Amino acid sequence: MEAEEATSTQEVNEDFRPKIVAYCCNYCAYAAADLAGSMRLSYPPDIKVIRIPCSGKVEINYLLKAFEEGADGVMVAGCLEGDCHFMEGNYRAKRKVRHAKRLLDEIGFDSERLEMYNLSSAMAGRFAEIIEEMTEKIKKLGPTPLRKGVKD
Amino acid sequence: MGEILEMVEGYENILVLGCGTCVTVCLSGGEREAAILAGQLRIWGKKEGKNLNVMEHTIQRQCEKEWVDEMRGHVEKADVVLSLACGVGVQLVAEMYEDKAVYPGLNTTFMGYPVEHGTWLENCRGCGNCVLAHTAGVCPITRCAKSLLNGPCGGSQNGKCEISKETECAWQLIYDRLKTKERLEWMNSYQPPRDWSTAGDGGPRKSVKIEEVVD
Repeated sequence: MEAEEATSTQEVNEDFRPKIVAYCCNYCAYAAADLAGSMRLSYPPDIKVIRIPCSGKVEINYLLKAFEEGADGVMVAGCLEGDCHFMEGNYRAKRKVRHAKRLLDEIGFDSERLEMYNLSSAMAGRFAEIIEEMTEKIKKLGPTPLRKGVKD
Repeated sequence: MGEILEMVEGYENILVLGCGTCVTVCLSGGEREAAILAGQLRIWGKKEGKNLNVMEHTIQRQCEKEWVDEMRGHVEKADVVLSLACGVGVQLVAEMYEDKAVYPGLNTTFMGYPVEHGTWLENCRGCGNCVLAHTAGVCPITRCAKSLLNGPCGGSQNGKCEISKETECAWQLIYDRLKTKERLEWMNSYQPPRDWSTAGDGGPRKSVKIEEVVD
């Protein structure tokens, strides 16, 4: 609640370029990003894509590590529900992201900075849209409180 | 987590110590969980503007002196050790590094196997006097809420225990399994009152295998 109020009253700093780490499943988001590139779709350049074999491979400590190292936002992008290449990896990822959010809340770190998305490899437009959405959201939240002392 | 943050309050060099055996397979205190807790502490420290140095290390077993001794170099760099081992490991680490603050990073709950990935069920209470031979391999000491030895109580309904709809009645399980084994007559065998001194009621237990003791 506090965070929401704080962000709604805060002016969005247009100069702020958020650093977003995106763990992308090889079979959907990563391919969608590739297709978005081929289609010359433009989306904010502030995203750092990390290819993973399945969104289910994402471990909670990877998510925390990204924040630790100064990421303003972290996202996991997996296949559409029911369409996981490994049957249920994206459901596992969903649970892990949910748990990681709980762990962040426990220590008073805004868990809104972490998000899970689902898309297919053909959804290049949606990929660009997701990056747009995530970037806007993080811009509103402002820079991570952990950035002090972290090299860019 | 609040409890852990209270424990590490005032310390700068924190060692999160995982254990590579039982708590690893129980997904509660192994290398991965140590990394998660250490990550949480680092994020918290940075957010609060504290200058924390959170280290993480996992050893094969925290319940054996040889392993615990090997990590001396890691412990010496720390002011406080958060052990993710079971209570046995926490106690040995505390004993071997008396000058360090050693705290438990988790609550040790019970001995049990996973009924499915991520769900564990208590099976053994280590009571020191096994009854499984008479109960078709279902432990009534552990799995019956009343630890009854001679059949179910009136709270057994449709195979469930009266304490919860999720808890199976141990004696229903024993009955069904004896039936499968064609050993139902064992239900009539009488178990006399037990000597609970083997279960810890006689004070802390000690076990010596004389043939293994090195003079």
